[in-house]
Amino acid sequence: MKKRLALCLMLCLILPFLTACHGSRGLDPFVMPDAFDTVGQYEITFWAKNDTNMTQVEIYHKTIADFEALYPNITVNLRLYTDYGKIYNDVITNISTRTTPNVCITYPDHIATYMTGTNVMVPLNDLMTHGAYGLNGSEIRFDGPGQDEIVPKFLEECSFGGAYYALPYMRSTEACYVNKTYVEKLGFTLPEKLTWDFVWEVADAAAAKDEDGTYLVNGQKVMIPFIYKSTDNMMIQMLRQKGAGYSTSEGEVLLFNETTEELLTEIADHVKKGAFSTFKLSGYPANFLNAGQCIFGIDSTAGATWMGSDAPLVDISEENLVDFETVVMEIPQFDPENPVMISQGPSVCIFNKEDPQEVLASWLFTQYLLTNDVQIAYAQTEGYVPVTLKAQQSAAYKDYLSRAGEDNDLYYQIKMDATNLLLSHIDDTFVTPVFNGSASLRDAAGALIENVNKSVRRNQTVDEAYMEKLQADIVSLYRLNRGGAVSGGLQELGEMPAASVALLSAMAGVWCLIGLYLLREKIKKSGK
Amino acid sequence: MKKILAILLTLTFVFALTSCGGGFDPSAKSEGVMTYAEYDAAALDTEVVIEGFVQATQGWWFDESVGHGKITAYLQDPDGAYFAYELNCDEETAAKMTKGAKVKITGYKGAWEGEVEIMDGTVEIGEGTWVAEATDVTALLANEAELIKHQNKFVSFKGLTVEAIEYKNGEPGDDIYVTVSLDGASYSFCVESYLTGPDSEVYATVGTLAAGNVVDIEGFLYWYQGVNTHITGVTVVG
Repeated sequence: MKKRLALCLMLCLILPFLTACHGSRGLDPFVMPDAFDTVGQYEITFWAKNDTNMTQVEIYHKTIADFEALYPNITVNLRLYTDYGKIYNDVITNISTRTTPNVCITYPDHIATYMTGTNVMVPLNDLMTHGAYGLNGSEIRFDGPGQDEIVPKFLEECSFGGAYYALPYMRSTEACYVNKTYVEKLGFTLPEKLTWDFVWEVADAAAAKDEDGTYLVNGQKVMIPFIYKSTDNMMIQMLRQKGAGYSTSEGEVLLFNETTEELLTEIADHVKKGAFSTFKLSGYPANFLNAGQCIFGIDSTAGATWMGSDAPLVDISEENLVDFETVVMEIPQFDPENPVMISQGPSVCIFNKEDPQEVLASWLFTQYLLTNDVQIAYAQTEGYVPVTLKAQQSAAYKDYLSRAGEDNDLYYQIKMDATNLLLSHIDDTFVTPVFNGSASLRDAAGALIENVNKSVRRNQTVDEAYMEKLQADIVSLYRLNRGGAVSGGLQELGEMPAASVALLSAMAGVWCLIGLYLLREKIKKSGK
Repeated sequence: MKKILAILLTLTFVFALTSCGGGFDPSAKSEGVMTYAEYDAAALDTEVVIEGFVQATQGWWFDESVGHGKITAYLQDPDGAYFAYELNCDEETAAKMTKGAKVKITGYKGAWEGEVEIMDGTVEIGEGTWVAEATDVTALLANEAELIKHQNKFVSFKGLTVEAIEYKNGEPGDDIYVTVSLDGASYSFCVESYLTGPDSEVYATVGTLAAGNVVDIEGFLYWYQGVNTHITGVTVVG
């Protein structure tokens, strides 16, 4: 009797610990309700990103108003960002306090970090295929796309570990916006497809100055012949075009290889000649391009409305605008016959909540973002492409595309050229593997170029020893473990505290004792 | 004896006061630190070490991607001003970067869209405080070559006419773009939300301005493709 009492006491001591551990692990998985509650009031938050483009903001507002008219018991609160990085930072901060938004514009790399929390994200597979509330489901109050009407390649970009954790919202790629006038003034002829060799050659030539420090090509004191907006994309695409490693889908880091070093050495050479810089160090490609201070500006196709002498959106004063012919081209290639370019653009994810009805409301709104009205309207604001075949093949969208150049606003030629660039190269696009830490790896890829750019400008020697140190610094800063998985984000937990080790050891000891006790009892019984 | 003691005490007190008053020179620089003139003359992309006094900071934030905190600071000394962008700074140090606090910054001089700034900097907290008075640069507004010599300083403008107020995202929350004019020329100023956010008095006041209002403005002489003052104070005068 005493022994049984002791056992009970032990269990009483242990169970609260186990329960406490269970309780701190996060939310329970989302379970689909039988039906959407149309009586209760549901308030959801939507963190959205715009490209500092007021038309996009207006479309978000209209979308919400139209959705709320269809679902009067759902209120959508919009929070606007202009930077994916800021959204990522804020979401991570809010995961720990369980104050994430309901619906959020995101990049797949970021979702991988969010997913390290328990049931933070809602897997969408069951929602997508649900007969009543799934894509094109029977109870949906709007004409949304079926799953087979989402561009398969774009949808696959939102699948990690066998489940969908986002839906694509818009897609873009990068384009090279070229000042053709200056290329020809320098004595070159634009090829049909840009190569890296061509771009570097022209950029080097454009860096020539007279004895007063005035650039010969533009007669100004400022000229950065080649500016790249997103250096992470630059490195990733260069490596891909070269067939060199970046990462495996399991999270093995392959970024630090011979090709990377060769590319960095070449970039350093052109920085030294004054031919190249980046957004982070110098400013927006569009501003320099439009002021006649840049010849090759690489930026997203979603930045097309800022590019060119007649751009509808301009950030420099009118007197600084220079008149030139702008051409939209694919990013430079190493093998122009087999072009490769990145697929990017916002996706939409859903965060889990205690109330499944709130999650369902979020899912309904997420689906609504894929309706033709929203897709076509938003795609028209920049060089975006709708993510649904339903929208791409609609008469309204075809009509829009057919009217390129009719004005310098909705039908702005440069924007339409950027859109068409992606539409004609969807099969040439790629995305990088997504895993916990892939966002850090992406940052690291860009930092390699940024650091080399800075170091050359700061008269530091860029040689083999520099490359070794750079690699070590980047590995340390971005917490990359070479040759293995990446650690970072929410999984960066460090060593287990001594108290936790002691508690777990004690618990293991107690379980052993219980086991021994039960075994002894059994032996005793069998002996009788 | 009492008189002698009293005289001695008085002399000691006077001496102490004199020491306090004359011992702190906000223009003085520690060894190895550049004067403002030296900083101004330094070429872009060179390493710079400056001492200045914090006039304001944008909000400290923790950059998850690199695992450390960052803060952007508007600094000034009696000879000129500095803009230190995203200093590598922990939260404890950031808390000490209050208005007037002396700091030593080591970083690289750079230029981003025309704004000369210190990039990749680190910060050390110094001793002593100094707060700049606003320099009235109204008369220089049309003269960019002269105005830029005051870049990053705490400045004031008198009698500007509001032409337009535009929220960056069309609604309160982010930056406010303020177009003002003087003598027929227009200028773009900004309420930088990281400096003076929606909870600040200036953010609220600017939100109530209408085209045609005549205002006096105080702020930091930031540059973005031309003058782009970060507004910290506004008074409607007409």
